Amino acid sequence: MSDTALSGPKSPAARNIFAALQLDTRLLGMIGAFIVLCLVFNVFTDGRFLTPRNIFNLTIQTVSVAIMATGMVFVIVTRHIDLSVGSLLATVAAVMAVVQTDVLPAVLGLGHPGIWILAIVAGVIVGVLIGAFQGWMIGYLGIPAFIVTLGGLLVWRNVAWFITNGQTIGPLDETFTMIGGIGGTMGETASWIFGIAAVAAALWLQVASRRRKSSHGFPVKPLWAEATMAAITTIAILGFVWILNAYEIPAARLRRIFEARGETLPEGLTMGYGIPYSVLLLIIVAIVMTVVARRTRLGRYIFATGGNPDAAELSGINTRFLTVKVFAIMGGLCALAAAVASARLGFSTNDIGTLDELRVIAAAVIGGTALAGGIGTIYGAILGALIMQSLQSGMAMVGVDAPLQNIVVGVVLVIAVLVDIIYRKRTGD
Amino acid sequence: MATPLVEMKDMCISFGGVRAVDHVSVDLYPGEVVGLLGHNGAGKSTLIKILSGAYKADSGEILINGDQAHIHSPRDARHHNIETIYQTLALADNLDAASNLFLGRELTSPLGFVDDDAMEAETRKIMGRLNPNFKKFHAPVKALSGGQRQSVAIARAVYFNAKILIMDEPTAALGVHETQMVAELIQELKKQGLGIFLISHDIHDVFQLCDRIAVMKNGQLVGTAKTTDVTDDDVLGMIILGKCPAGATPGPGALADDGAGD
Repeated sequence: MSDTALSGPKSPAARNIFAALQLDTRLLGMIGAFIVLCLVFNVFTDGRFLTPRNIFNLTIQTVSVAIMATGMVFVIVTRHIDLSVGSLLATVAAVMAVVQTDVLPAVLGLGHPGIWILAIVAGVIVGVLIGAFQGWMIGYLGIPAFIVTLGGLLVWRNVAWFITNGQTIGPLDETFTMIGGIGGTMGETASWIFGIAAVAAALWLQVASRRRKSSHGFPVKPLWAEATMAAITTIAILGFVWILNAYEIPAARLRRIFEARGETLPEGLTMGYGIPYSVLLLIIVAIVMTVVARRTRLGRYIFATGGNPDAAELSGINTRFLTVKVFAIMGGLCALAAAVASARLGFSTNDIGTLDELRVIAAAVIGGTALAGGIGTIYGAILGALIMQSLQSGMAMVGVDAPLQNIVVGVVLVIAVLVDIIYRKRTGD
Repeated sequence: MATPLVEMKDMCISFGGVRAVDHVSVDLYPGEVVGLLGHNGAGKSTLIKILSGAYKADSGEILINGDQAHIHSPRDARHHNIETIYQTLALADNLDAASNLFLGRELTSPLGFVDDDAMEAETRKIMGRLNPNFKKFHAPVKALSGGQRQSVAIARAVYFNAKILIMDEPTAALGVHETQMVAELIQELKKQGLGIFLISHDIHDVFQLCDRIAVMKNGQLVGTAKTTDVTDDDVLGMIILGKCPAGATPGPGALADDGAGD
């Protein structure tokens, strides 16, 4: 059909394959770039980059920024920007730290099992309220988002300072720190179960979508294309689980775990970490945000407003309230990111989340979110965050000097956007 | 005489001291096409945007089927079955035809999720009627030609059982063939008993399509006339000079008879 015939100069055969699979060529390009990046680092680190251990670390280092990047997609798609996310993260982290070390232990008693979740709930409420407040100033008072959140960048960083009196708060609740990363993983069995359930869900969605399309009489992909897609999804999901399971808990640590339970470590027993809870949280956030973006009116209105604010308004969409909602979502996601970031450290520090706003914006933009509005994907932003983190930690592993690392990241950001502009011009997308 | 479908009485709206619409009254009957004419800046689009809910009038009242209607937002206008095809088309360029057609009124599944497949099916149906050559159901409307974009905007207005249709320069961006298509559509909708306000600069179009005309100048109504009672030159005189000919009913903006006005 004519709408697929717009892509750039490719051999007809290749175009047919991509057309049949209906794959997003942009996504393929990003994945390709990511794989090349990983392979290059792997060569320069003598194979240390692509080990289960490093991949595990990469994923848990990416989570905090990736969670916020999904929200930044909505913000940027509606033609706004949020410079306050790093500071907001600090304020919420401070609130959660004080709530779980000071407020709740005084009420419930130290070590109460409900503390971790109450602390997170408190943090999310604060994050949503602050985000909604900023959104209200942008939507209803008409102050540009750049200014409101630039103010927020200064305000919330220092509100955090006042909440904690500038002190580092910790140690945080033990259960709470489990969502930080290495301290809390699902273990091998649960990870496999999760992986298999995910594969089943993905395949079911594919079948349901095909059925729905053919019930309306729309053209459907050829069966071989469906089978190929199913195989790719299955391999990707199970491969991911397999890698995280392959990172084994060090023997000394395993021995301590057994001793804590009053058992002795059986000779020769090894256990993998499996999927970290923080990564599980990111996966849930990614799914929910993707569903919101594609399958809800809210998501449809976010993209419509980004594409043409006047048209959205003339269609009866309350674009002002929409702005409040978008920034409230961003605030809530900052709170989840704050939980992950502070749990990973085990403390809430003053400089937590410093410069995260730039990482988050960069992740969304590298992931294909257009600053002009109307275009962006959740999976793109997460992949963008992963690419940024891989670059940074890869260079650190190779031993590139810190100043040079930042120079490279900055250059990559600009080049990524340039490539995207050229790509869009070619495809007319 | 039957009750008018729409009666706008004594409408006024100002923007920063400029009276964009100044005590204008117009009406529209079922099965009738009323052409709104005037220079750029005469206040036609502003008047029509009051009816479509984009602007709120400072004073005046709107009667729909003889009942007073309160239109404060585009949503209110839609509740009164008023649909508008804007000059700018008001399409979200980044979304596909179906998303635009149902924007603000999405079809949802029982669980409340947006049902894209159902919307695409409906879009295919109505486009099959309006523009059978339309095939790009998955492309963002940015990738469509002017005529195709126009047909999406028209489909949006027609799909939801409009009783009152406002068309702001519907043929300005179109080729000969597509203009003909729009003309045929207007005739068909007329037969179905819709009332249509048509804003146009093209005198030829106006005489071909409209039953009556209303001419505006500097925010005021110069006059209204049946197209059978006036000539091209009469209408041009109304638009350019504000001179109301014998066959027309003069409004507050008509030039005084002695020609000493202004």
